[in-house]
Amino acid sequence: MNDRAPTIVASELGRRYGSRWALVDVSFEQPGGTVWLVAGANGSGKSTLLLLLASAIRIDRGSATVEGIDVAADPFSVRSRLSLLSHSAYTYEALTAMEHLSIFAQLMKKDDDRSSLRALLERVGLHERGDEPVSAFSAGMRKRLSLARVLLRDAPVVLLDEPYGQLDPAGFGFMDGLITSLRAGGRTVLVASHQIDRMSRLADHALVLDLGRLVYSGPPRGLSDLAVLQTKSGAACN
Amino acid sequence: MQLIAVLRKEVLIQWRTRAGAAAVLVFGATTLLLFSFAVGPSAESLEKNAAGFLWLALLLSSTLALSESFQSEWEQRGLEGLLLLPVSAHAIFFAKAIANWLMLFLLGVFLLPVMVVLYNATPSRPIEMTGIILLGSAGLSAPGTLYAAMAAASRARQSLLPLLLFPLVVPVLLASVKATSLLMHGDPMGQLRSWTILLLAFDAIYWSLCGLLFRRVVDE
Repeated sequence: MNDRAPTIVASELGRRYGSRWALVDVSFEQPGGTVWLVAGANGSGKSTLLLLLASAIRIDRGSATVEGIDVAADPFSVRSRLSLLSHSAYTYEALTAMEHLSIFAQLMKKDDDRSSLRALLERVGLHERGDEPVSAFSAGMRKRLSLARVLLRDAPVVLLDEPYGQLDPAGFGFMDGLITSLRAGGRTVLVASHQIDRMSRLADHALVLDLGRLVYSGPPRGLSDLAVLQTKSGAACN
Repeated sequence: MQLIAVLRKEVLIQWRTRAGAAAVLVFGATTLLLFSFAVGPSAESLEKNAAGFLWLALLLSSTLALSESFQSEWEQRGLEGLLLLPVSAHAIFFAKAIANWLMLFLLGVFLLPVMVVLYNATPSRPIEMTGIILLGSAGLSAPGTLYAAMAAASRARQSLLPLLLFPLVVPVLLASVKATSLLMHGDPMGQLRSWTILLLAFDAIYWSLCGLLFRRVVDE
C-alpha cells in the first residue's frame, strides 16, 4: 500500500443476479499509479467487480468512485477516464482490425492516421493481419485487438479482466511488459486474473474474493498458499 | 463526429454482409409476387391494392433487415463495447437508425419497379413517389431500430420484433399507403399534402422519442 490518493474507491459494493448475490459488501481503496490483483475462484465475483467499476452493469448496493467520480451517478464521465479489457472482444466480425482501430480512434477523437494505427497493430503483433476481417481471427488474436484498443485509449484507469486468457506464451510476456509499462506511465491498473504467481510479481497489492465477499486484502506474495484459492478451484492458482 | 464514426461502421458492416441484404430484397419481391397470387388474375384488383401490397411487403421485409442490423452487435457484444466508451447513446441510435433508413429506402426503391411489373400500377409522379418512400421508410426505421435493440437481447427476437413494431407503425403505414395510392390513381381532392404532412409529423415524433428512449433500452 502507499499514501497516494485513492483512484478507485469501492464502498460496500454489491451486485445481485436474480436472487443470488454475486458481490457482497466489497470495500477497498486503490491508490493511483498502482497495480492491484483481484484473485478468486471461478464465480467469485472478479468480473462482476470490474464490470461494476466500468459502469457496464448496475450497482445494486453500496457505491464506487473512479478518480472521485461516482460510477452510478455519472457513468459517462467515468467511461472517459477508464478502459476495460473484458472477456468479450467487443468486435465486429465483418470489419478488419484496421477498420476497428480507425473507427475507435474516430470515436475517441484520437489520431486515426493509418501509419500510427499500423504501428499500434505491430505492437500487439497483428500488423500482418491488419486488413483481414475479424471473423478470420483466433480468440487470441481478438484479445490482441482488444488490447490495441486499450492502448489507443490511453485512459488513466485500466481494468483488465483475465488479460492472459487465450494468449500464447509470447503474449504472456507482452502482457507482463504492458502491465509494467502502464504502471510506469502512472496508470492505475486493476487486474482480475488466475495467474497468481505471475501477477504476484507484478502487482503491488492483492484482493481475494470468495463467493462475492472480500476475504483477503494485502500483499500479493504468498497468495498461492491461501486456502480459499486452493480449495475452491485448483485451476484458479495457475 | 461520433455519429459519423458509428455510421461509418454501420455502412461498412452492411456492405460486407450484403448477401444478407440481397436476401431481404428477394424476400420483399417474393412477398409482392405472393400477394398477386392471393388476389388472383384480376388486373383491376391488383392495381387497386398495389399501394397497400407495396408497403406491406416493405414492412415485412423491414423486420428481417432491422433484426439483422443488431445481429452483428450481439455476436461479439460490439454494442456493449460501444456503450462502455464515452460515446453518446444518441449518436449510436441515430447512426444505426440512419443506416437502417438507407437500407429500407433502397428496399422500397427496389420494390417499386417490381410492383409496376407485377401489378401494372405506375405512379404518375416518380419524384414524389420516391419522396414518400423516403418518408415512409424513415417512419419504419426509427421505431424499428429501437425495438430491434430491445428484441435483440431476447431469444425470441424474430417473433418479438414484429409484435412490438407492427402496432406502433400503423399511422405511418396508413399515411404511406394513402399517399402512394393517391400518386398512382390521381388526387382529385388534393389530399396528398395532408397525408404527407401526417407522415412527416409521425417521422418527427418517432425519431425524437425513440432517440430519447434508446439509452434506457440499452442501459443494461
